[in-house]
Amino acid sequence: MTFETWISEPVNWAFSAIALAVLFSGLRVVTAKNVVHAALYLVATLAGTAGLFLILSAEFVAWVLVLVYIGAVIVLFLFGIMITRAPTGLDEGLDVEKKLWPALLSVAVFVAMAWASVNAFGTQEILDTGNPTSTEILGEALLGRFVIPFEIVGFILLAALVGGITVARKDLTPAEEEEEAAV
Amino acid sequence: MVVSQFLVLAAALFAMGVYGLLIRRNIVLILLSVELMLNAVNINLVAFESMIVTTEALGQVFAIFVITVAAAEVGVGLAIVLMIFRNRQSANVDELDLMRY
Repeated sequence: MTFETWISEPVNWAFSAIALAVLFSGLRVVTAKNVVHAALYLVATLAGTAGLFLILSAEFVAWVLVLVYIGAVIVLFLFGIMITRAPTGLDEGLDVEKKLWPALLSVAVFVAMAWASVNAFGTQEILDTGNPTSTEILGEALLGRFVIPFEIVGFILLAALVGGITVARKDLTPAEEEEEAAV
Repeated sequence: MVVSQFLVLAAALFAMGVYGLLIRRNIVLILLSVELMLNAVNINLVAFESMIVTTEALGQVFAIFVITVAAAEVGVGLAIVLMIFRNRQSANVDELDLMRY
């Protein structure tokens, strides 16, 4: 398959546009000098990923990504950022000084993974485009064949959130507790 | 559309996550890089799912599990970050050297 035939499909134009946006904002997530900007660029990356899921006809997962990640996880991140540092301007010392070896390592990771995927799958076509997976199918899979993993994941979420509250709450010293009781 | 285009994009996102994980000093930014890597995995799962058409949408089910576990991870991770910040007034990983030999 040549590049001309690939680019002649309209869906690949959409893919290219979204992919460029995702790559740019992903790069900004790891290079931004402002912590809040990094979190907001992650929003752009996730929105682009949701667009890719729509192209791949995975509607439910795309909207779950928007709701759970952009809606909840990013808000948690922004809370974490706001709490752990007061000024929201530029700040120094977000990165380590020596960046050469990490850059080389990540390029090596990319080359290895991209080479392996292209080598293994080549020009294999995607089959069911334009025919969205209905939520019914997904719901039957989640509550049928995957009901035990589904319950386990729900339990993990509950345990993690209870654990998070337990870790993050401020324990009072005995003196403070007496003060509380007196009031 | 071929499968490889999604896989190469996911590989690029994963590599960016690895880079961010290695160069960042701030714990919150390290967690952001981990999210980037998990996101790359989700793209791979959904792309594979649309390549092998199954009746149960297996790849999407796994992507939903990954999203849920990632949400749990962020909850616990940020609670720990909060606790560390409260005790040490810093969110930089290289200053947390209490257990370093």
